Amino acid sequence: MSTVTDSRPRPLLRRTPWWKRARGRATALRYVLLLVVLVLLIGPLVVPLMGAFKGSGEPVFGPNATVIPQDPSLAAFTSLIEQTNLLQAVGNSLFIGALAITSHIVLATAGGYILSRKGWKGRNLLLLLMMSALIFPFESIMVSLFAQVRDLGLYDTLLGVWLPGMLGPFHLLLMRAAFLGVPDELEDAALLDGAGEWKRFWTIFLPQTRGALTIVALTSFLYAWEDYLWPLLVLRSGDNFTMMLELARLQSAFGFDYRVVLAGAIVALVPVTVMFFFTQKYFFRGIEEGGLKF
Amino acid sequence: MWAILPAAAVATFYVYPFFNTVILSFTDAKPLGGGGAFVGLSNYLTVLADPDFHRAVVNCLVYAVVTVPLLVLLPLLLAVLVQKTVPGIGVFRSLFYVPAIASVVVVALAWSFLLKDNGSINELLMAIGVVDGPVPFLTQRWWLLASSMAVSVWKGLPYFMILYLSALANVDSSLHEAAEMDGAGAVRRFWTVTVPGVKVMMFLVGVLAAINAMKVFSEVFLLSNGSGGIGGRASTLAMYIREVGIADSTYGSLGQGSAASVLLFLLTIGLILASRRFNSQIEEQ
Repeated sequence: MSTVTDSRPRPLLRRTPWWKRARGRATALRYVLLLVVLVLLIGPLVVPLMGAFKGSGEPVFGPNATVIPQDPSLAAFTSLIEQTNLLQAVGNSLFIGALAITSHIVLATAGGYILSRKGWKGRNLLLLLMMSALIFPFESIMVSLFAQVRDLGLYDTLLGVWLPGMLGPFHLLLMRAAFLGVPDELEDAALLDGAGEWKRFWTIFLPQTRGALTIVALTSFLYAWEDYLWPLLVLRSGDNFTMMLELARLQSAFGFDYRVVLAGAIVALVPVTVMFFFTQKYFFRGIEEGGLKF
Repeated sequence: MWAILPAAAVATFYVYPFFNTVILSFTDAKPLGGGGAFVGLSNYLTVLADPDFHRAVVNCLVYAVVTVPLLVLLPLLLAVLVQKTVPGIGVFRSLFYVPAIASVVVVALAWSFLLKDNGSINELLMAIGVVDGPVPFLTQRWWLLASSMAVSVWKGLPYFMILYLSALANVDSSLHEAAEMDGAGAVRRFWTVTVPGVKVMMFLVGVLAAINAMKVFSEVFLLSNGSGGIGGRASTLAMYIREVGIADSTYGSLGQGSAASVLLFLLTIGLILASRRFNSQIEEQ
């Protein structure tokens, strides 16, 4: 008798397998798609960069090349330091990056704060000026910027690379939006306590806008570190080259060891990626929470 | 006082350069100083008669026509994919963003290794017998442009995905639920609920992608080691501006570079106005 009961389907007792449930199937499909996209977005970076870890006897290209290094080695990184101008270029880029972070934070905070205050003359005019700056594509004003920097005697200097980008109008508008988002009650409470403008700025407004400040710091450094076109126009001598100029020079240098070039690319990529991963919570939250509202 | 500093910086390095470019375009200014005499429209006539300039305009317009639709649609699909908070989605979102974080120099370097004559992609195509010889991805005009566009789209995907995510957050989820109740499938809901909900952002992304296409420089320049392909035939407008205006410090002409810059600006504005008209026509339908 038991065989009869056993052969019956028992839908109430047996759990439906996850891939047969509609919701479960959709979730599985979602993960498959996520993985496919991940391979498409990360693969084109990771696959070539693996070449940096290949031993000297291993082919980087051609039919016999493999993705995973067969004879892993860090020799390319040693040669990178010994044979190229890399350390100097990293130093130059860090110098420009430090200047950019400082000027962006100071100017965007000051300008953004003032533009978030109500009731003073010229506010709308200034706001209009900031927004109009977003209209001109850099590529259409770079010839004039080049002439201006040259006339200031800053051609082929690191200061000349930094100067025209000392302020990002977008950063200023971002900080303004962040200051506008600070609840009025907080300021009113501080006013009741008799705190002056400076005190309120330091104790109420700055701490409240940490997220936006982090975005400003991160993106201003990122831009300074990664910019290519402007340094290409302004800098001529190898001693002044930024990281990106040096990397592009290595790439086009005829017959240079490909492993070393790839090692340089890793040095250029890893610091900013790590910085991004540490600050991404501000980054995503800031953008989703009104970083785009003006 | 604190308002003056930012205002001065913006006026000096954003607004003034624009007017200065217009002024320079009527002079014979030289890259390393000297010149500056008024020459009327001659720079514009020279540039407009230059076949290299014509090619650069065509290249940029093709760039826009191909990349804009891809960058309007693909990042939206990606945003829909990562919108739902399933376990581990944060890791995916962050990793997806790496192409946008990576510098264009690193990205172009990596892609040029893949696209070389003996790079992985050509090896793969030859191994499965699609082609007999290597495809000239980095040298022939249209292949080089196609490769650069692929890089631009690939790098733009995560960037525009974030913009779409912020727009999707504002789409009322009850609309989705109602449509689901009515038996609308995922594809149908995408076209009837998601797309109308993020229409404004789609237009903004389209405009941004079009501007990026008109001013593209680094992708084409770096993939071709600064040459713009065989005979520089894949050169873009920004490459043309650098080439005639600044690159040659002795014989270059800031005036001609400025004239080309003004034309680039006008083309960009024209494209934005055209897309606004295109957008309002779609609205009416």
